[in-house]
Amino acid sequence: MSAPVLALEGLSRRFGGLVALDRLDMEVGEGEIVGLIGPNGSGKTTSFNVLTGIYEASEGRAEFFGRDITNLSAQAVYEAGIARTFQRSRLCLPLSIVDNIMVGNHKRLRRGLWFNLFSRAAFARQFEQAFEEARELVRVFDAPLAKRMFEAVGALPMIDRRRIEICRALISRPRLLLLDEPSAGMTEDETRELMDDIMEIRERIAGLTIVIIEHEMGVIERITDRCVVLNFGKKICEGSYREVAADRQVQEAYLGVE
Amino acid sequence: MSAPPERSAAARVPLWPGALAAGLVTALAIAFMWAENEWEVVGVLVTAVVGAVVARRTGWLEPATRALTQREPAMNRLAIAGLFVFVAFFHDDHFPLLMVGTVLVYLLVCLGLTIQFGYAGMVNFAAAAFLGVGCYTAAVLTVHTAIPHLLVLAIGGAVAALIGSILILPVLRTRGHYSAVVTIAFVLLFKTFLEVNDTLGGPQGLKLPSMQVLGWKFNQNFNIAEIEFSFYVSYVLVALLLVVIGFAITRRLERSWIGLSLDAVRLDETASACFGIHIARWKIVAFTLGNFMAGVAGALYALMLGFIAPTNFTFGDSLIMVSIVLLGGIGNPWGAALAAAIVVMLPEKLQLIQEYRFLLYASLVILVLLFRPEGLLPRRLRVYLPGWRPR
Repeated sequence: MSAPVLALEGLSRRFGGLVALDRLDMEVGEGEIVGLIGPNGSGKTTSFNVLTGIYEASEGRAEFFGRDITNLSAQAVYEAGIARTFQRSRLCLPLSIVDNIMVGNHKRLRRGLWFNLFSRAAFARQFEQAFEEARELVRVFDAPLAKRMFEAVGALPMIDRRRIEICRALISRPRLLLLDEPSAGMTEDETRELMDDIMEIRERIAGLTIVIIEHEMGVIERITDRCVVLNFGKKICEGSYREVAADRQVQEAYLGVE
Repeated sequence: MSAPPERSAAARVPLWPGALAAGLVTALAIAFMWAENEWEVVGVLVTAVVGAVVARRTGWLEPATRALTQREPAMNRLAIAGLFVFVAFFHDDHFPLLMVGTVLVYLLVCLGLTIQFGYAGMVNFAAAAFLGVGCYTAAVLTVHTAIPHLLVLAIGGAVAALIGSILILPVLRTRGHYSAVVTIAFVLLFKTFLEVNDTLGGPQGLKLPSMQVLGWKFNQNFNIAEIEFSFYVSYVLVALLLVVIGFAITRRLERSWIGLSLDAVRLDETASACFGIHIARWKIVAFTLGNFMAGVAGALYALMLGFIAPTNFTFGDSLIMVSIVLLGGIGNPWGAALAAAIVVMLPEKLQLIQEYRFLLYASLVILVLLFRPEGLLPRRLRVYLPGWRPR
């Protein structure tokens, strides 16, 4: 059997005395959509931050297609093929849609001084090709948005910003996509629309694996194959949405104990 | 898609409003320099300000700005032509030509600052120090060696970039605007160092020989077709050449993946890192390139003035350079050009306010931040390929 896309073994992160992530074990197979759920402060975003090199792991190990990626720099994790979105939108608001998506395309663009400053014809070719790809991707999400590629992102409504953020993560053709609460700050209709988009993207990109953090249980039920539930940094349950929703520990974590 | 009609519209953007604006600006600059007494100067200034405000309110400025953005190559040439008209008008008058030379030198420094501050977001309050490094390098090399003077300009830039690399480590340890603290410390240190260093002339400074390129001596007036030209014309032409190169580099840098990476580094270091952008690498590139430009500008400045002293390279001078960038519109090279002209020429002509120049800059910056927070000519969204439209 080939190595899983992502395998975490005892991954931990402590901030002083606070254990934000406590020996998390988790496996994600190719093409799966796995939901990472749990109450506020249960360590979901921390796990993403440790995985993507923003925080160092205190203990444990993370493997990506069998390759050790524990404590790689954020840049190296991206180069390896993991892209993410952020809970609070982290787009460059004064920049245009193209600009923002191209930030995500960094590893496929030529960065040499000579290329960028002096071989403008070659630059123009690369730009046109990259632009076409970015526009195609945006079109999957929203056709009208694809006509506004040169507008500032700061002027767009929340749902479009989320779309651009996901496009920014997808443009580099990652093999693992980490979505950190894509529905945050959106209405129910907008959330539904965005989930349709994500399902469509998944169909188009064969083998794309997604780990999604979500609070909207409707979303989790609809799009995930499997869920991992965290509470106080620990994994308390794992299984299909039905299984975890029926779990006593999970209910207690969400609703409290009488 | 509806792209084709847009494309033809772009091709039809008329040039004449831009040409008219360039002509008016040139005329105003000439009138300003020509004015004999304070009241005439004030008259010219009032005309300029009222004209600009009226043009904006009535919408007459709109076609001119459209020409500036859509017909860029033509407008670049017009701007250079305007400068030539100015130089031709004052061809035998030292003072206005020295002023233009100074504006160009300041502009070159501010283009460097645009890359550092406007794109990469590194506030550099040591611009005057890097200008000074270029000046002193030129002074030492021209007095003690026979290195060709054009090469001295490049070496001035290289030495400034090299000395700047001392600052890179402490600057990289800071985030956001804290690089200001490191650079302020450096500019203060630099001036003190010059004052106590006797080999570099101490507080008295150093004298330089005049510039010489391929046997052409810059220290004497010259005649073309029986018309006498001031020797400063030679310096202005060299300065213009350097500014054109610096301008092209700044522009191309912005319109490339590098410019995008610099913007991303400025706006969000965490997100940039998550998309593979090496923050330190791009900060080093921006810092070094900017300091190089300041150093080149300094080397030419020293040769043009013929004399340099530590008092030219104070924290106050750095402040003036940063205020030029703020005033013009952070990240817009045209804004820097306009603001450099205003900030350098205004106090020279209005002797009355000489003593209060810092007060003037301060109030000017505050006024601009109040009424035009993005500067006189705000930076526009990035256009990677001018004139290009998606299919």
